[in-house]
Amino acid sequence: MKENSSLITVRHLSKTYHMGDVEVHALRGVSLEIARGEFAAIMGASGSGKSTFMNIVGCLDVPSKGEYLLDGVDIGKLDRDQLAGIRNEKIGFVFQGFNLLSRTSALENVELPMFYKNVSNAYRRDHAMEALKIVGLEDRWHHLPNQLSGGQQQRVAIARALVNDPSIILADEPTGNLDSRTSVEVMDIFQQLNEKGITVVLVTHEPDIAEYTKRNIIFKDGKIRKDTHVERSANAAQKLKDLPALLDDEEEDAA
Amino acid sequence: MNIRNILKVALRSLGRNKMRSFLTMLGIIIGVGAVIAMMAIGQGAQYNIEQQIATLGTNVLLIFPGSSNQGGVRGGMGSMTSLTADDLEAIKTQCPSVNVAAPVIRTGGQVVFGEQNWGTSIMGSNPEYFIIRSWPLALGQSFTEADVRGATKVCVLGQTVADNLFKGGNAVGSVIRIKKMPFRVVGVLSPKGQSAQGSDQDDIVIAPYTTVQKKLMGVTFLGTIMLSAVSDQAMTDAQAQITELLRVRHRIQPWEDADFTVRSQTEIASAAEATTQVLTILLASIASISLLVGGIGIMNIMLVSVTERTREIGIRMSIGARGRDILLQFLVEAVVLSMAGGLIGVLLGIGSSLLISNLAGWPTLVSTTSIGLAFLFSAAVGIFFGFYPARKAAQLNPIDALRYE
Ligand SMILES: Nc1ncnc2c1ncn2[C@@H]1O[C@H](COP(=O)(O)OP(=O)(O)O)[C@@H](O)[C@H]1O
Ligand SMILES: [Mg+2]
Repeated sequence: MKENSSLITVRHLSKTYHMGDVEVHALRGVSLEIARGEFAAIMGASGSGKSTFMNIVGCLDVPSKGEYLLDGVDIGKLDRDQLAGIRNEKIGFVFQGFNLLSRTSALENVELPMFYKNVSNAYRRDHAMEALKIVGLEDRWHHLPNQLSGGQQQRVAIARALVNDPSIILADEPTGNLDSRTSVEVMDIFQQLNEKGITVVLVTHEPDIAEYTKRNIIFKDGKIRKDTHVERSANAAQKLKDLPALLDDEEEDAA
Repeated sequence: MNIRNILKVALRSLGRNKMRSFLTMLGIIIGVGAVIAMMAIGQGAQYNIEQQIATLGTNVLLIFPGSSNQGGVRGGMGSMTSLTADDLEAIKTQCPSVNVAAPVIRTGGQVVFGEQNWGTSIMGSNPEYFIIRSWPLALGQSFTEADVRGATKVCVLGQTVADNLFKGGNAVGSVIRIKKMPFRVVGVLSPKGQSAQGSDQDDIVIAPYTTVQKKLMGVTFLGTIMLSAVSDQAMTDAQAQITELLRVRHRIQPWEDADFTVRSQTEIASAAEATTQVLTILLASIASISLLVGGIGIMNIMLVSVTERTREIGIRMSIGARGRDILLQFLVEAVVLSMAGGLIGVLLGIGSSLLISNLAGWPTLVSTTSIGLAFLFSAAVGIFFGFYPARKAAQLNPIDALRYE
């Protein structure tokens, strides 16, 4: 893999929503590069355009203006089907609200991205099981989302995001619905994934969550206000060990 | 997504709303069931007529009272009085191409033997009738030419009448009462089964026509005359000879329409067949309207389903489902609904056809063509009415679908 080469390049990205006669400028010219292997947090006040940015980078939405290159491919030139292909193969998206299919087992949720690819049933099953193993939920594979805790659901969603070996994992406030300990668990998984070389960009408005990443990009009013390198990232695994042990049986409660 | 997985997903999502899926299918079930049953009735009648034609003597002619131009042959049957016994005698003696001829005059009434009482149709004819119709006797013998001349009170029973009056006992030689008059039973006919119109041909009593005319009805005319030509080739000659003879006998001027009609038996049956064919098409088209209504039901429920599952569509799109994957998913659901409905409808149609033939005694015929057609049609309904909702789903924007509450 090309180290330090740019994975994401956006230039003068802007997005304007039209609400009747009112124009809402969600992004006002964002230029940014994210290199392969980075672990970045996007921060900023509510309404500063973080989600809008993530949705465009995740190929779920299109910018009003500006350029977006992913892995050297000009995303603006792709049609709907090609964008779907990019979302399937190159991007793993993790949402604040998990967005798992209800009444569908953890394993099948993780398998879902591979349904839209040409793989054999056996490969799909094995691969999804492996992804569940990475997030530590291999023995919950048959559970339905409503039989899992919030943290576990988010881990299933992360497994789904990484099952197709994407170039980048994008997470929009992945810990937004989670308590502090579960948030750290989720950050631990992201750190492990990043250590394996996967590029991770996540949105958070909590500074202590951003501390686990290596780069903090701060949005304000649809623009980048600050872009800093984190000198010494916090270690989520270490933090988990230090947390009081009485919470360790959370998983048994949820089972 | 391969088709097996799409099918699995479709079945599962339909299974989650069993009641709704069933009610949606009901429209198709009723539609297909109705089409199958209606076609079964129509084709049953048609098949029956075809069978009848095959067994009909191809050299048989029928003479009806009334002109073929006024009111048609069927309407005039038996209701007019232009044919007489003298006409019959004249035809027998003066038409060389005619082999044998038999009159037919019909009435109805109660026949009684001891405690047993049976309402049946009573027919007057002559011994030649059994030859023309190739209808042998099972027991006893036919009444004779002498019986006809003397208007004797003798009769031959159809199998159904014999069964109902004598309950397996010996009928021949017994005296029954027809409209309170005593008749001696001289023979019992072999069973003939159903006619093209589905009526029981064995539910009949046949007596000399003179007896029926004088003793039972008090008339002098004949209903129809049935006759056979000497050969199949002589049919046209026979028809021409009869027409000429009767026109003279009835004093019909060249510019006037005749007061009788001569038709071959196969012609009549073919006309009846054409009529049932039209009837079949008519019945099936009316029934297929309910299939259309069923299709609209599917469209309606699929639109609801697409709206309800907008978030699911968003999730699927966010992880790489293309428009056509979503389209196919919803289309397959609609087609599964309609084809499952079609399958149940076919079974329902077959069931109700059997019921109809058992209860109403109508002949029915469920052909593989009608099953195939109904099934294909239901699949087409699914595709046609499922397409719009499915396309609506496929054209959603991923981000809008995900944000949908
Ligand atoms: N679909 C939309 N229609 C109209 N305005 C929108 C839409 N999505 C976001 N916005 C507006 O764009 C701005 C940026 O929103 P967003 O990117 O969601 O911010 P953040 O994620 O940082 O809280 C906000 O003012 C928001 O109200
Ligand atoms: Mg947001």
